[in-house]
Amino acid sequence: MKDTVANSPVIEARNLQLVFQTNDGPVQALKDVNLTINKGDFVSFIGPSGCGKTTFLRAIAALETPTGGTLTVNGLTPDEARRKRAYGYVFQAAGLYPWRTIAGNIKLPLEIIGFSKAEQASRVERVLELVELKGFGKKFPWQLSGGMQQRASIARALAFDADILLMDEPFGALDEIVRDRLNEEVLKLWARTGKTIGFVTHSIPEAVYLSTKIVVMSPRPGRITDVIDSPLPKERPLDIRDSKEFIEIAHRVREGLRAGHSDE
Amino acid sequence: MRRAAPILTVLLIIVAVWYAAAIWMNAPWAYDQAARAEQAAPTLLQLPGLTLDQDRPVLPSPHQVFSELVKSTLGLAPSSKKSLVYHAWVTISGTLLGFAMGTTLGVLLAVGIVYNRAMEMSVLPWAIASQMVPIIALAPMLAVVMNAVGATPLMTKAVISAYLSFFPVVVGMVKGLRSPDAMQLDLLQTYATPGSAVFWKLRLPSSMPYFFASVKVAIAASLVGAIVAELNQQAGLGARLLQGSYYGQTTQIWAALFLSAILAAVLVMLAGRIEGRVLKRMGMAR
Ligand SMILES: Nc1ncnc2c1ncn2[C@@H]1O[C@H](COP(=O)(O)OP(=O)(O)OP(=O)(O)O)[C@@H](O)[C@H]1O
Ligand SMILES: [Mg+2]
Repeated sequence: MKDTVANSPVIEARNLQLVFQTNDGPVQALKDVNLTINKGDFVSFIGPSGCGKTTFLRAIAALETPTGGTLTVNGLTPDEARRKRAYGYVFQAAGLYPWRTIAGNIKLPLEIIGFSKAEQASRVERVLELVELKGFGKKFPWQLSGGMQQRASIARALAFDADILLMDEPFGALDEIVRDRLNEEVLKLWARTGKTIGFVTHSIPEAVYLSTKIVVMSPRPGRITDVIDSPLPKERPLDIRDSKEFIEIAHRVREGLRAGHSDE
Repeated sequence: MRRAAPILTVLLIIVAVWYAAAIWMNAPWAYDQAARAEQAAPTLLQLPGLTLDQDRPVLPSPHQVFSELVKSTLGLAPSSKKSLVYHAWVTISGTLLGFAMGTTLGVLLAVGIVYNRAMEMSVLPWAIASQMVPIIALAPMLAVVMNAVGATPLMTKAVISAYLSFFPVVVGMVKGLRSPDAMQLDLLQTYATPGSAVFWKLRLPSSMPYFFASVKVAIAASLVGAIVAELNQQAGLGARLLQGSYYGQTTQIWAALFLSAILAAVLVMLAGRIEGRVLKRMGMAR
């Protein structure tokens, strides 16, 4: 294998199909999805409710099994990649264990993977700092605000060396201002760790602000209608959102979403 | 004090009703005595004096039960066969042994039910059926069987206790072990977590509140089981109850009854304390 750091595909979907068998008959959640995500990409998935964003992310993480097409992660099947601990997954709810402290929660994957006690402790310290929760390790989840809990759950996903970070509407339940702050932090995190990030959102500005690649999806059946490569620089202060490029991309995303809706 | 007031009020009402009932229920005997002695029937004012301190009352009065309770616990050496402390100890040891056996069995069955489809289909219906059989009918048969295989009275008692106490633990633990939601299980999936770690790190800790809720029911059930088992034995509160009814010693019956109630309350309270401690240490206190 040649070591081309940039532009080496990490996630590749070819004609991916995913059909759920439900009591009311089959539901086509994903249809003919083709997508290549390269190493170090920040990819946002945006689209109306029910268009299969969560399903796609879950398929990448081997939590759902595709019914057709191919999906590879680092050249492996999603399940093999999962066994190599290729993913950190952040769910919409923080899902911290109430009986573990914040540090204890972050240790959870480390214990399971089998890091030494000393290594666990130093990693916890490192990621707590990364998500700006230094000093909160001994607190229990209920002692933290919703935004802090979500940051702790991101820290948990960062604690082991997964090179792919999958986030499903991690900030969906938070208010605009907290969200802005966390978005900035996520960008910093991404710059510092060089991870490949898949990020589901309903917010156009969030998608445009964060991503190098925006994937616009439409429902029934869930499919990709547009893939936008962002021309924005890697360094992004919050006020980039008032720039001309930003507004242009946001416009294109909106158009894509509208087009997806109108062909029903 | 705030919390004591309502409890005390209810207690006072109970005692008052009890006295009234004692007078009412023991009065026929007093009237009967008067008739036999060819005296005038006692007046209402005389009745309390004639009914509340009878030797063999139909319903002993609260102070009679209380003094019998004090006499038979504090007034006798604990080793004496007449001491209620002795009998209570016999009952408690059987209760605790049976509780330990029942709880262990209950947890093991619950784990089996949660992890094994065949056990889920087969064990739970039988566990439910087992609780339909009245324990009063089952206990003597079990006693005969246990006797035949040479079990001690303590063992027999513990088995009957366990029979009653495993059920709430099974039901509670099955629910508890299944309480983690799909997201929590998915999270562990993303780390490719082995099944044993899913059990120890997620399912078992999640089940603790359910476990303790069941334990409080189970410990009380264990006590009932022990007492029922003792109806066929020589020692213990159950045996005292039965002896009391053979010899018409209603005061003795009531004293034993009260002691069992107190025991039950203490055991449940203890379980509650342990629950509070454990859940607090786990950061899950309500
Ligand atoms: N486990 C499942 N069983 C059956 N159908 C499912 C299942 N999960 C998802 N679906 C269906 O698949 C479709 C896509 O769902 P998905 O959750 O991926 O949408 P989404 O884009 O994440 O929506 P949202 O923005 O509301 O989160 C929906 O029609 C949904 O009803
Ligand atoms: Mg979703």
